[in-house]
Amino acid sequence: MTADGPAFRLLPRLEPDNEFFWTSGADGRLRFLRCADCGHYCHPPYPRCPVCLSAHMAPEPVSGRATLVAHTVNVHGWIPGSEPYIIGLVAIAEQESVRLTTNLVGVEPGDVRTGMELEVVFEQADDVWLPLFRPVGGAS
Amino acid sequence: MSPEEPLERRAAITGIGQSAIGRRLGRSELDLTIDACLAAVADAGLTRDDIDGLATYPGMGVGTPGFAGPTTPEVQDALRLSLDWHDGGGEGPGQMRALIAACLAVGAGLARHVLVYRTVTESTAQGDGGRQGIGGAGGGSGGVPRFSGFLQWTLPFGAVSAVNWLAQVADRRVHEFGLTREQLGQIAINGRRNAARNPAAVYRDPMDLDDYLAARMISTPLCLFDCDAPADGSTAFVVSHRDYAADAPRPACHVHAVGTALRGRPSWDQFDDMTTMAARDAAASMWERTELTPADVDVAQLYDGFSILAMVWLEALGFCGRGESGPYVADGSAIALDGVLPLNTAGGQLSGGRLHGFGLIHEACVQLRGEGGDRQVVRPGGRTPEVAAVANGGGPIAGSLLLTRGAG
Repeated sequence: MTADGPAFRLLPRLEPDNEFFWTSGADGRLRFLRCADCGHYCHPPYPRCPVCLSAHMAPEPVSGRATLVAHTVNVHGWIPGSEPYIIGLVAIAEQESVRLTTNLVGVEPGDVRTGMELEVVFEQADDVWLPLFRPVGGAS
Repeated sequence: MSPEEPLERRAAITGIGQSAIGRRLGRSELDLTIDACLAAVADAGLTRDDIDGLATYPGMGVGTPGFAGPTTPEVQDALRLSLDWHDGGGEGPGQMRALIAACLAVGAGLARHVLVYRTVTESTAQGDGGRQGIGGAGGGSGGVPRFSGFLQWTLPFGAVSAVNWLAQVADRRVHEFGLTREQLGQIAINGRRNAARNPAAVYRDPMDLDDYLAARMISTPLCLFDCDAPADGSTAFVVSHRDYAADAPRPACHVHAVGTALRGRPSWDQFDDMTTMAARDAAASMWERTELTPADVDVAQLYDGFSILAMVWLEALGFCGRGESGPYVADGSAIALDGVLPLNTAGGQLSGGRLHGFGLIHEACVQLRGEGGDRQVVRPGGRTPEVAAVANGGGPIAGSLLLTRGAG
């Protein structure tokens, strides 16, 4: 059985620019900063839109759907006590250039296919909601 | 000299030096650095009084213990150098940014003989505790730290080491190009074969494909032998104005073109093309600065901190087509000492030891000077290599370099 992630979650430091992202999962929705003028989703979050330089940036919910760009099964014991876990790189459905490094859950390594469709699920750790991804339609 | 000539062409590597290299030498970083620096200065036919510039990568306070080596102020003071120019830093076109900065300083007339060094003591620093992930040390007194900057996006998911990030580059290549472990293994096997001919290499025992495939997995599809070995060692160069080249006791290695571009997003996970990343941009910018082509290159020293990076560089530099590095290396012959493109002739970092880019530059000079001994490349017709390509870095970090024997 593959683990949902490392035995111990190192966590982000919540700061004014990233707090919305790391707490977004409290209501089950994934959010990214989006430009009100040109529609570009900006990740990581910056004060201005990197495409049109507008300052009209605000968090906006997305569908939570994503495509698997690449993945790896970590075996080495970087974090003591960990079983092998799957690290994935996903591109969100709304904008291919927005990626998240994440863990794949509800799927065994042999069933993971780069290019597969995924959906977000959240794991709460302290005051942070980590966006993880599983195959669309739930566990295989 | 035409005004369009690339400025770096005014520079030449006139001296090279290395300290002892090995696992857990237990010597200080300054001790190793001085050995390498004095060797390079003597090799250039100079004394320390001639040195008027000093540069290193990555400079002050960077990375985990044993990673950064001594700062330029420490080395300046230890050798009591009188400098007209100095530079240490980690942001730029890979580890070779220090060498490139030195070339530009020489070209701009800020210095005439720049001593450039890179020192690692990661093997001693890591001791028996094994290799740590980036940020993976956690702990520290006062509880578990939290993370900002790029690491906040990877550490929570256990993507704690560059091997995790680059395993995904390899996976993407499996997906897009059909890369196999048998192909990838040829980078490690080629390095080990060459290391057997290099007395200074860290790992010299024979390794074949069965050994490679049986190695324990680290982060799929990368196994232990896809990862370089932490080592202790210092490498140093003297970068001089080319008008000194004829007076130098050893053949000068002229800097012909440097590759410094970063045109995609500077990120391990947001870069547009995960199969190439910054190597694509650095290599493209290098070829934009020269009439030479990949077919002119006699020997290649391409960054192999992880085996997959050498594959990426083979394509980025145009030695084979995009996605074709797997078939290119598949039977090992193309990259062997007598192949069309001898690769990582001292063993690379995988078997030679992780001298973090500078070992590859050093070996390029050794080959151009014809000093490779048992591993010396001899080109068709009995020719000593005249053009060497060097690449440093991986992911969003990349720099490349063409060196030539004789001005060109």
